[in-house]
Amino acid sequence: MFKNKESEISAFLESAYVFADPKYPKFYKMDNLSKLGFLASEILLKDNEQARTYPAEEVGIVLSNASASLDTDVKYYKTVSDFASPALFVYTLPNIVIGEICIRNGFKGENAFFISERFDASFMVDYVDNLINNNILQCCICGWVELFKESYKAAFFLVDRNTDNPSVSTFFDTNQIVHIYQSNNG
Amino acid sequence: MADLKRQIIEQLNLKDLKPEDIGDDQPLFVEGLGLDSIDALELIVLLQQEYKIKLSNAEEGPKVFQSVRTMAAYITAHQAQKV
Amino acid sequence: MSSSVLIAGVGIISAIGNNQQECLESLEQERAGMGFMNHLHSIHKNKLPVAEVKADNARLAAITGASPQLSRTALLAMVAAEEAWRDSGMGKLKDLRVGLISANTVGGMDKTEDFFPSFLQNPAKGHLRDVVYHECGSVTELVADRLGIKDYLSTISTACSSSANAVFYGARLIKQGILDVVVAGGTDALTRFTLNGFNTLMILDANFCKPFDEERRGLNLGEGAGYMVLVSEKVADMVGGKIYCKLSGYCNANDAYHQTASSPGGTGSLLAMKGALEKSGLQPEDISYINLHGTGTQNNDIAEGTAIKTLFAARYPPMSSTKSFTGHTLGASGGIEAVLSAMAIRNGVIYPNLRLTTPMKDLPFVPEKHFLKNRAIRHVLSNSFGFGGNCSSLIFSTL
Repeated sequence: MFKNKESEISAFLESAYVFADPKYPKFYKMDNLSKLGFLASEILLKDNEQARTYPAEEVGIVLSNASASLDTDVKYYKTVSDFASPALFVYTLPNIVIGEICIRNGFKGENAFFISERFDASFMVDYVDNLINNNILQCCICGWVELFKESYKAAFFLVDRNTDNPSVSTFFDTNQIVHIYQSNNG
Repeated sequence: MADLKRQIIEQLNLKDLKPEDIGDDQPLFVEGLGLDSIDALELIVLLQQEYKIKLSNAEEGPKVFQSVRTMAAYITAHQAQKV
Repeated sequence: MSSSVLIAGVGIISAIGNNQQECLESLEQERAGMGFMNHLHSIHKNKLPVAEVKADNARLAAITGASPQLSRTALLAMVAAEEAWRDSGMGKLKDLRVGLISANTVGGMDKTEDFFPSFLQNPAKGHLRDVVYHECGSVTELVADRLGIKDYLSTISTACSSSANAVFYGARLIKQGILDVVVAGGTDALTRFTLNGFNTLMILDANFCKPFDEERRGLNLGEGAGYMVLVSEKVADMVGGKIYCKLSGYCNANDAYHQTASSPGGTGSLLAMKGALEKSGLQPEDISYINLHGTGTQNNDIAEGTAIKTLFAARYPPMSSTKSFTGHTLGASGGIEAVLSAMAIRNGVIYPNLRLTTPMKDLPFVPEKHFLKNRAIRHVLSNSFGFGGNCSSLIFSTL
């Protein structure tokens, strides 16, 4: 886990980048939402390298948030009156954060992005359970990645069909997910 | 060209680079700096914003943006025309 | 648990018609929906062709009985979703678990961008009620309220594959026995936001688009909505109406290559099409018609074409891009094209790919140039590939 008392978003993201140390210069082109999601996935995968060894089509990503890409939408829109920025426009879709994680890791499995007012743990558990139990995926990164201006939260979970270390991993069910999500508040 | 390099770094968010890291003739795309299609579009915006030059035909892009030197040459040529 | 998911009703509104019948007529008459802007106010007004729905918000509101103050995205959705609902005959049934899975990318942006300039100048100006429905999820809620759907709502936002993803997510919910009926699809309205954005990516054609043509120059933006009413076999028996077809296959994959461009070989597209075939238990040669994603951009068409070349290997079915009629309707395109696919099966027709004059030299096949009827259309493959590498394919089949 990574904690930083910085409340200013770019300082936080910068320090998280240093911590995760992914050596990925393309990071700097991303918008804040993608940076947040990307870093969350890097930290998640640091301790779970096996996800990167599965066949590409069997690793998927299911994320959700409330604001979609609003933070970048606003920033992009401000450039329109002068010269519209293509680099910003690219990020005016929430699922681009999934694209960035896939590009980085080569993941080609099913992916989806849902919009909801609050993180819906039981929905996420049902959705991902279905994908894993029906052999659509072996492994799935899922969770919540929300960012608007200085307010942000990312809670990522790695769900893997094959767990060889039961003491470390946690059973993937709604109560556990809600517990983890809430315990890292603030 | 040093100014141009600074502008390129700024426009494309190439955080880890300094102007002296970019060779005058170093390929910008594919190898060299490894820029992509979105970077190319941002360079087109750069030409408009800083130099008031409009590149409306995207196909000219690869030739113009081959290296910093070719970019500088293009800017000089088109700025001269404007005057 | 139900094994088949059937399509009981469809609804559509696009640049070529405000309902199913009008759209079919336009397709048969080979009459495209592009033109210069009428409803949207933009500096590109007389320079960039778009495929607008031929109705202003007042007219849309009149069709659906909703408030004309609502965002155009929501109004379009209501028109199409209501048509689908009426078409299905579901209204007569009680005690069913009904859900709405709706996709869009712009949300209420059309109202917001009208609000923004006066707000920027003076924060006290502008009506806040105009932006209350800005976010994507509220469009879904508005449609659900209109149709009286309370049991399950979900909003998907995955760029151009959004509403295709909504369709197969809805199907999954029925197969899992969670819902009996799902209205699934998507909507998007034209906004300056998207127009300027796509213009800045330099992938808009200054003329009417030419999908799968060697001389293609880009896409034309469009708007609209497309929804289908998905039901279980049990419900289909209850309603006794004419069922269009079944959703026999679907698959989603990520191209993992670039945020907005497709990999040259169309890896993501290939995985999605292959996966959909596997799910349906069909072979490539079983496909009667492919509704291409076919945006008309240099990049998409060669990537998609290459993936088709790889997968179908010399047994190429008839295919076409209906975006040559409707433009690229972004978040609505998967839903609109799913509806057109179901209509193709019901009516036994193949839609043309308009303005195709020079076939692409790197592809060994050519899309259909004219409307064909009296065909036995048994299986239709519909492709929707979005930014972020999100690739989806749906397969619809006769019963």
